[in-house]
Amino acid sequence: MNPIIRVENLTHTYGIDTPFCRSAVDSVSMEIYEGEFLGIIGHTGSGKSTLIQHFNGLLKPTSGAIYLRDQDIWADPKKIRDVRFQVGLVFQYPEYQLFEETVYKDIAFGPKNMGLDEAEVDRRVRASAAFAGLGEDLLDKSPFDLSGGQKRRVAIAGVIAMEPAVLILDEPSAGLDPAGRRSLLENIRAYHKERGTTVVMVSHSMDEVAENVDRIIALANAGVVMSGTPHEVFSRARELMDVGLNVPQVTQVAMELRRRGVDVDPAVYTVADLRRALGALKEVGR
Amino acid sequence: MLKDITLGQYFPGTSLAHRLDPRTKLLLTVIYIVALFCAKSFFSYLLIALVLFTGIKVSGVAPKALVRGLKPILFIICFTAVLNLFYTPGETLASFWIFKITKEGIFTAFFMVLRITMLIMGTFLLTYTTSPIALTDGMEALLGPLKRVRVPVHELAMMMSIALRFIPTLIEETDKIMSAQKARGADFESGNLIERAKALVPILVPLFISAFRRADELAVAMECRCYHGGEGRTKLHVLRYKPRDYLVLAAYAAVLAGVLVLARFGL
Repeated sequence: MNPIIRVENLTHTYGIDTPFCRSAVDSVSMEIYEGEFLGIIGHTGSGKSTLIQHFNGLLKPTSGAIYLRDQDIWADPKKIRDVRFQVGLVFQYPEYQLFEETVYKDIAFGPKNMGLDEAEVDRRVRASAAFAGLGEDLLDKSPFDLSGGQKRRVAIAGVIAMEPAVLILDEPSAGLDPAGRRSLLENIRAYHKERGTTVVMVSHSMDEVAENVDRIIALANAGVVMSGTPHEVFSRARELMDVGLNVPQVTQVAMELRRRGVDVDPAVYTVADLRRALGALKEVGR
Repeated sequence: MLKDITLGQYFPGTSLAHRLDPRTKLLLTVIYIVALFCAKSFFSYLLIALVLFTGIKVSGVAPKALVRGLKPILFIICFTAVLNLFYTPGETLASFWIFKITKEGIFTAFFMVLRITMLIMGTFLLTYTTSPIALTDGMEALLGPLKRVRVPVHELAMMMSIALRFIPTLIEETDKIMSAQKARGADFESGNLIERAKALVPILVPLFISAFRRADELAVAMECRCYHGGEGRTKLHVLRYKPRDYLVLAAYAAVLAGVLVLARFGL
């Protein structure tokens, strides 16, 4: 597989020359592959948010480089805006960034900045609203009259509307109720499937990551500690816990079962897998 | 870029300047400013400069930080200097077209620059060594007598401390909103004046909304803790003058007296 984004030896230090000097990201190297659904996990303060703001050039590395399709994104600082259109970043609590009079206009902000014509902007606004699960009837409403969950969908649609090659979501479900969470994640999964573009989801909910992503990168103390498929990562539960992370609840159940003498793979990470594993055991038992 | 704003920034420390009663420090600043505006000659400026440098030395604040505080008003300083340089009547030294430079002009310009610089540095010394909370406490105590004439001193002090408290929060918020809009291709750096002003809308609208939301939440939180204004409210830290406060006040008063005497003799 081809890496669409390649990070090489990235270090970002805040507050250089002050007593508060601190590296939020310390010599990180990683790759994001074309078309994958990547999950980035890490505890609070592990450098997740700083790292992802480098992917679209909002932050400039203190040292190291980021390549987008093998092009150093900082090769020409004047073209950094084009990078931002290709790598769409949805911040945490994005609903606080809405500003337009109508939902339609707010979603159109990105595409308009790209200099697209009226018809193309219209097509993109409608398409991305549909992806984000917003009905046509909401487009003419003021974003400030919507519920919290709907506002978040508007903000996400605003980034999807730029049709980025890579979509990065920072804690997309934080602060939503369980139903809202589920349906938003469903929308994101559907978007990934239909568009086939790369999606990166940052989260500290192991369950959420386990159920959605193809590959996981775990961050701790400003560096990458693990990367691999959910099965690979969650089979190293001990190490994850040592760096302040956890494994999905299902994995915890499997581990506990194993401890009590049930012969089950301790690295299962979805409910369906555990059910299958236990079902197989039952067959053997008979 | 936004992080360079040092307005009202406090550097924690334990120096004499930090330990003085905030009321004393406010009074000192007032005396200092009065002295600065009464100063008319080189000698009186020298005397005040001496006070300022002792203050900086005692506080342990890096002089660099004080100079950095001058940056935002550099334009005003230059403007005043130029204005005074060209528009003070007196003995002409050089002239071209409609401009003429006078001897008095050079002196006035020089003293004006000195005065503004020292004024800013002196007041920065106050905010650098006094926490915003202590500052508003001191202000409330000093303005206390005005309560008798129905001036809402406590409310004013409370508003001020809330405003100071929220400056860093709002700066952080602005930074975040700017990043988010930049991620959608907003451009704040190019275009003419009108285009740039328009580019601020995507920042200002969310910022105002969040400021109102925060104000609302704060008001509810305060009511939940039974806040009902200044009436009958007691303090955790009661301000008390110590011998050192009287000593420093006396020293400053002496300097002010010295400046006034010097001015009286036309020096």
